[in-house]
Amino acid sequence: MSFFKDAGHLFRFAGLFVLAFLVFLVVRHFVVPKSFGEYGHYRGASIGEIAAHPIKFAGHQTCEGCHVDVLDVKSKGKHAHVNCEACHGPQVKHATADDPSTVKPVLPDTAVLCARCHTASAAKPKGFPQVDPADHSNGMPCDTCHKPHSPGMDAGGAK
Amino acid sequence: MQLAFGQVRLMNGVEGFMYPNEVGLQWSVLIVLYPFITGLVAGAFILASLERVFRVEAVKPTYRLALLTALAFLLVAPLPLQLHLGHPERSPEMYFTPHSTSAMAMFGYVYLWYLMAVLVLEIWLDYRRDIVLFSQSAPKLTRWIYKLMTLGSNNIGPRSLAIDERVGWIVTLIGIPSAFLLHGYVGFIFGSIKANPWWSSPLMPVVFIFSAMVSGIAGVMLLYMVITKLRKQTIDMRCVDTIAMYLFYIFIIDFSLEMLDLIHRVYEADESFRSLNFLVHTQLYIPHIVIQIFLGTLTPIVLLGITQVMKLREIVRKRIYVVAGCLTMIGIFAMRWNVVIGGQLFSKSFLGYTTYKMALVTREGLLVAIFLTILPLFFLWALIKLLPPWTEPSAHQAAGD
Amino acid sequence: MNINRRRILILLPAAAIAWKSVLAGTPEESPNYKMSDHWWSMLIDIPKCIGCGNCVRACAAENDVPDGNFRTWVERYHVSDENMTEPEVISPDGGKEGFPVATADAAKYFFVPKMCNHCADSPCTQVCPVGATFISPDGVVLVDQKYCLGCAYCVQACPYGCRYIHPEKKVADKCTLCYHRITKGLTTACCEACPTGARQLADLKDPKDPIHEFLKTHSVQILKPQMATGAKVFYNDLDGSVR
Repeated sequence: MSFFKDAGHLFRFAGLFVLAFLVFLVVRHFVVPKSFGEYGHYRGASIGEIAAHPIKFAGHQTCEGCHVDVLDVKSKGKHAHVNCEACHGPQVKHATADDPSTVKPVLPDTAVLCARCHTASAAKPKGFPQVDPADHSNGMPCDTCHKPHSPGMDAGGAK
Repeated sequence: MQLAFGQVRLMNGVEGFMYPNEVGLQWSVLIVLYPFITGLVAGAFILASLERVFRVEAVKPTYRLALLTALAFLLVAPLPLQLHLGHPERSPEMYFTPHSTSAMAMFGYVYLWYLMAVLVLEIWLDYRRDIVLFSQSAPKLTRWIYKLMTLGSNNIGPRSLAIDERVGWIVTLIGIPSAFLLHGYVGFIFGSIKANPWWSSPLMPVVFIFSAMVSGIAGVMLLYMVITKLRKQTIDMRCVDTIAMYLFYIFIIDFSLEMLDLIHRVYEADESFRSLNFLVHTQLYIPHIVIQIFLGTLTPIVLLGITQVMKLREIVRKRIYVVAGCLTMIGIFAMRWNVVIGGQLFSKSFLGYTTYKMALVTREGLLVAIFLTILPLFFLWALIKLLPPWTEPSAHQAAGD
Repeated sequence: MNINRRRILILLPAAAIAWKSVLAGTPEESPNYKMSDHWWSMLIDIPKCIGCGNCVRACAAENDVPDGNFRTWVERYHVSDENMTEPEVISPDGGKEGFPVATADAAKYFFVPKMCNHCADSPCTQVCPVGATFISPDGVVLVDQKYCLGCAYCVQACPYGCRYIHPEKKVADKCTLCYHRITKGLTTACCEACPTGARQLADLKDPKDPIHEFLKTHSVQILKPQMATGAKVFYNDLDGSVR
């Protein structure tokens, strides 16, 4: 009995620990998000949250849904596999507007746009069509002679 | 602009090529400070355990001071981490959902365990008699603090104190591996990262622990000498000589481990070697070769070695201990710097380097780092006032040496 | 526009369905998507990359990537046959505005687009202290930005340098494989914008995905195979000098 009297302070110290642990368990129950552990050691709900981020590029299938005439021309030319928004930029606002004609996309400046891919450089693959813009067109915008949707000069793409 | 082979371009501090996201450093000087601080905690505790567990009676004058030093630094330890986090308010997540595969996740629990179940418990048990006496005799203002610390028990009879002594011994015994865990896991945080060859090594936790012991022991030795001088008392030379001896031997082990790592690296010369070698010879030359190795390790070892083999006068030994101690602290800080900062200065492509632009007044800047280094000394001062490690010579009772 | 009436009647419903999936803001709108049906990866065809930087710009636009950080980037290699172990590599602003013109010399050039490899044994998810980054059941390594502490341990652990701490949100950020797009039947922004088809999204669990045939008929590599990360971004014709 006297042991408890002499070691009483130790039991009080241990008691503090036990109390703190119980408080911790209670707090933990309320604080840890409910979906945590659903699929693994993470908050399962975050997957849905990430999947719900807004979209900026509509995707070529959406463009082609309306712009069939462009698709007709493009699919026969050299830019057949170049997607619409690769040149026109993100167009989801235009595609999803109630009246798309109210959200008209700004036409890209071909002098800048085309140069990005087609400026000749020893670093680019050999078979890829590339020119020196100064030599080739003297700074004139590319669509002066080339139709962007079907740019090949010999395949009827010349203007 | 065409680059010739071998020519490097310096733009915003980048030399050669770095992956674009690597250019800015993620872990700042605060992350250098954290292992330095926990290292001091572990090292100070090991010094205290020398007396308590290994019965090295000569170092008893520093026993209580070592414990209080450990506590003062441990209280500051989470601060650099909190200041570094992007969302410090979310840090309780480490307690609620710790990820079992992450070494960093154990921080919360290891810290809490070491603080409460080792350090606070041991200090409380050793000081309990004084605490109970102070709770009765202290001035009104501080009496309530002591009353709180008694946890309502005033029993300081011989049997009760004997139980305290026994339990304290067990706590110190458990405390030794706990101290190794507190600081060793930090070494593992770095040593387990296969993406970073400067860090990835099984030796890393071991090197961290031994350099922690060196810095902690040197730190307590310096503090003891300085505080004793401030108290206008005589320094117990037998104590300090013994501490210096242990410091010397542990330093030898620490240095051997670091040399082993270096030699192994140079010998194997894997894909990262060229890049790291270049780094050590340029940006890290001063921090690593000059400060860490020569000034911070070799010089103190030689100085301490001299005191071990030659019979020197007391005043000479004192001066050597102070110089060696200060160089050691600087050297161990440099070691943390070279690991943390050095590990982020080279590209994981091994083709380039960046620079660390330490800010001055930001949340992770130099001023904050300096403040956090000095803060533990204020805590120590407060702890010494609250729980005096020594009684002044004019008092009648002796409560610890 | 010269659309004839008959075509409109056929195509408008198709467009409407496409629009609906684009409009979908919540997972409930895509009830047909089951995570366990998919195991996402990517194929990057090195000989096709022209270093135009379209992918870098598209990703930045789609995902609001802050300036100076990159969820994807392009590197240009210049490798001499006399010194394959020390290539000269540049990535000016991640390749966002393309690359400076290169003049021909004896050494070879090629471009290497890089991104998160969505590793099956990712070292980054291993080190997260709280479970804020993880691999989803369909194989995409994601960051829960509401849970992340911003400790940057994952950034240190990634061998590929694909992670960063978002300067404003102060949490870890990286390529999500446009998870918000691929779960709705769209492709990633970088693949959508790539003019040469150098980047292709692939679903390893889909038996009809062209990647299966491609993997059987081409020499395919992953980055840093010695790290054993289970990287799922496959490169066609990746040179040995690539870091």
